[in-house]
Amino acid sequence: MILAWLLIIPLLGGLLAWPADRITPMLPRAISLATLLLELGLILPLVHGSGAAILSAPSPITSGRWLATFDASWIPTLGISIRLDLDGLSWLLIVLTTIIGLFAVIVSWREIDHSTGFFHANLLWSLAGSIGVFLALDLFLFFFFWEVMLVPMYFIIAIWGHEHRRRAAIKFFLFTQGSGLLMLLSILALAFLHQRQTGVLTFDYVTLLASQPTGRLGTLIMLGFFIAFLVKLPSFPVHIWLPDTHTEAPTAGSVILASILLKTAGYGLMRFAVPLFTAAAHHIAPIAMALGTISIFYGAILAYGQSDLKKLVAYSSISHMGFVLIGIYSFNALAWQGAVILMIAHGVSTGALFITVGSIQHRLHTRDLTRMGGLWTDLPRLSSFGTFFVVASMGLPGLGNFVGEFLILRGVYAVSPTIAILAAIGLIPAALYSLIAIQRAFHGEANAKRGTHDFGTRETAMMLALGAAVIWLGIDPQPVLKIAAPSIAVLLPITHAAAIPATRRGT
Amino acid sequence: MTIFDTMLPILFLALAAMIMLMSGVFSRRDHSFAITGAAIVLFAITARLMFAAPDGTIFHGLFITNDFTRFADLLVLMGAAGALSLSVAFNQRTGITRFEYPVLIVFAVIGMVVLISAGDLLTLYLGFELMSLALYVLAAFARYNLRSSEAGLKYFILGALSSGILLYGISLVYGFSGTTEFTGIARAFTGSASASLGSTIGIVFVLVGLGFKISAAPFHMWTPDVYEGAPSSVTAFFATAPKVAVFALLLRVMLGPFAPLFAQWQDLVQILAAASMIIGALGAIGQSNIKRLMAYSSIGHMGYALMGLAAGSLIGVRATLIYLAIYVVMSLGTFGCIIAMSRKGRPVERIADLAGMASEDGRYALVLAIMMWSMAGIPPLSGFFGKFYVFAAAIDAHLNVLAVIGIITSVIAAFYYLRVIKVMYFDAGSPGFDKRTAGINLVIGVSAIATVLFVFYPSPLSTVSSLAAHALFPSQGF
Repeated sequence: MILAWLLIIPLLGGLLAWPADRITPMLPRAISLATLLLELGLILPLVHGSGAAILSAPSPITSGRWLATFDASWIPTLGISIRLDLDGLSWLLIVLTTIIGLFAVIVSWREIDHSTGFFHANLLWSLAGSIGVFLALDLFLFFFFWEVMLVPMYFIIAIWGHEHRRRAAIKFFLFTQGSGLLMLLSILALAFLHQRQTGVLTFDYVTLLASQPTGRLGTLIMLGFFIAFLVKLPSFPVHIWLPDTHTEAPTAGSVILASILLKTAGYGLMRFAVPLFTAAAHHIAPIAMALGTISIFYGAILAYGQSDLKKLVAYSSISHMGFVLIGIYSFNALAWQGAVILMIAHGVSTGALFITVGSIQHRLHTRDLTRMGGLWTDLPRLSSFGTFFVVASMGLPGLGNFVGEFLILRGVYAVSPTIAILAAIGLIPAALYSLIAIQRAFHGEANAKRGTHDFGTRETAMMLALGAAVIWLGIDPQPVLKIAAPSIAVLLPITHAAAIPATRRGT
Repeated sequence: MTIFDTMLPILFLALAAMIMLMSGVFSRRDHSFAITGAAIVLFAITARLMFAAPDGTIFHGLFITNDFTRFADLLVLMGAAGALSLSVAFNQRTGITRFEYPVLIVFAVIGMVVLISAGDLLTLYLGFELMSLALYVLAAFARYNLRSSEAGLKYFILGALSSGILLYGISLVYGFSGTTEFTGIARAFTGSASASLGSTIGIVFVLVGLGFKISAAPFHMWTPDVYEGAPSSVTAFFATAPKVAVFALLLRVMLGPFAPLFAQWQDLVQILAAASMIIGALGAIGQSNIKRLMAYSSIGHMGYALMGLAAGSLIGVRATLIYLAIYVVMSLGTFGCIIAMSRKGRPVERIADLAGMASEDGRYALVLAIMMWSMAGIPPLSGFFGKFYVFAAAIDAHLNVLAVIGIITSVIAAFYYLRVIKVMYFDAGSPGFDKRTAGINLVIGVSAIATVLFVFYPSPLSTVSSLAAHALFPSQGF
């Protein structure tokens, strides 16, 4: 039941927040904050106590031992149920979602000044949608939440975004909806295929795992999932919605998009696209790795060419997600661990970067790098935090992103040295665009006289917390690895149990 | 007594219609409001009688009632009652309040009930024409309005043509099977591995005639003009009840007498479905009039519903029935909103007129937005479930290409539905619409609630439509 509450609380919070701005515009903010804190209070304890014992067990799916489960009938004629299950991987991503959601609320404290009620309602609903995505183990339910995330996000971009927000919002919506529907076709095909094999029509994930369609049909069905997740990840060549959407979204929208929605794609690949179609996934692995490598370079090179700071961060996301893609399709436990760490670290660091860019825009009314320069003299706190997160996202050793990238590269090297070497070379343009961005934005002479109001207490505290998270992930990633390990051991198509470091040296 | 029992709902309806007509004709005062109310009550009573009426085949197979016809009848009655409740205020405002209006609608409904229950090509034609004649008059009901007269004339001429084609198809089918009775035709066609050219042409002509009435592309030409020209209250009726009735008949004919030749007509239905979805999606993009937009939208929706027929299976029929039920509710809600669009008593129809609606009347904007999201098929609204069922049926029947076309067109369609939302929420303006009446509020409120809450309780509709679909496939166990 606790899992149902995880969904109900943000939904109710949204319903409460919506009309609350009639009383005072402050109230929706407070309600959202309280909602998310409550959510956090519910989710955090789940890995302790009995949860810790379950996490040390090797496999949640075969043993049926989840951190928490919920099961209720929904559309029995079609074998659709509301099945929610929580394992380590889901737990990590839900905690990320909730914490990033908290920061999204805090960052909107000043930025969103009209219809705060509707804004916070949408924010909480999109978070509820993503939490649902991370929890659902009924394929129909998963698709349902996958689409539910979209509508609030559309409103967030279209109402509170920047100049070309409507075009960007529609682009975002159509891209994700179209690819999502493709996935729906695949889900249906898989369910009916399973019905033909066994006579039972069900959308239950664990049951369908046994189906494992092969051959041309298997590849086709898998492609539906694969394309949907590629669009959301996003990977070259279906990334075109991302830069526009990021640029036009309000800061909180960008943060949610980069830190949470992109992660649903990585999660989807790990949870669905690979384990449901082991053979087909192996079949497509070379293509996926190639796309990932291209994304790494493409994102980095385009980021280098941007003069819009927000677009730069957006393109760098494509590059980082390329690492996640090659990590996942190397089918190597180390690389999967790396992918999990990178997803979380990228969520934190890129979220922080978007907050920084948003703060710069709030103060300077521009995102244009050519009109910045010399920010350090005027805004020392903002600039130092900005620099910290840029180098974090670049992969400075000792910080979270480095751990993720390193594990991925090591894991991929064991499978395909060529890809690993190419991807490692991709880190060079990453360093280029990162350092250039720092130089152009923060260093040098100020080219315009501007009022100085640096980060206040609220913003500093937020950045300190995010920074601490990145450092913690970099120095002591072991707890995260340990929580994710059992899930990965189950989801990986060919399990090299010995290769999972957490189980080997974790105790 | 079984004949009487089975016929009771329709006898009751016909008798009541006569009484309404006579009381209207011989009364000196204008009773149109009372008669409209009476018609709605009449529909409710008829619905109750339909539940009570037993299953049966009477008059030597001319007239059939079973779970399937009951389901379709109820949908028709619901659509007609909804459209009537919406019409009162609109007709008053535009000065076309006349007692003939509800009477004509009741006659059209009688035609539809006959049509749905037809067990013979002759009953089919009888019901078809009874319905059509009432509809032609309704389209031209604002007789001093040039556009309405034009719409009526256009609908009549094209409708007559399609009736002719239908009749020609019927005669060909009769010629090649030797009977007009559904079961007899099915028997005649069974066994012949491939149909003779004549009967294939006959089936195609019947399909064309019926496709015209549900505005399936490429027989959709009349739809935008008639939707735009006819008074909005009439359009609301056109978009709901007749579509359901003819669609139900289409299912019964294609999967009844023509079922043995499934292989012959399946591709044809697929083409109709694909063409409708594509034309519905592409045609709507350039529209600035919301009624024309809804016309193309309904063409598209018929395409999705046809997917279920193309599947030709029990799952397909169930999907189509669910789709139609959800479609009727969404259409009533949307047309309720469209009818509410009037300024100082004059109806306005441009999408741009909705600009600024969200800040002026948040509840109205929310309802119309819900309808648009639902029509676009976005979860958690009911429209999504409709699409889900038809896609499921198509995939189950290996109609993958059709399903992919459906996906692409629903993305395109989402674009123009989003445009309506965009105009309401993001464009500046002040619509200054007149106050809505209770009837409109009731209909749009109920349909919005049904659309939103469907997600929590989807199983009744799916169970009932399963029952109905099983009546079409008696050989398959439940």
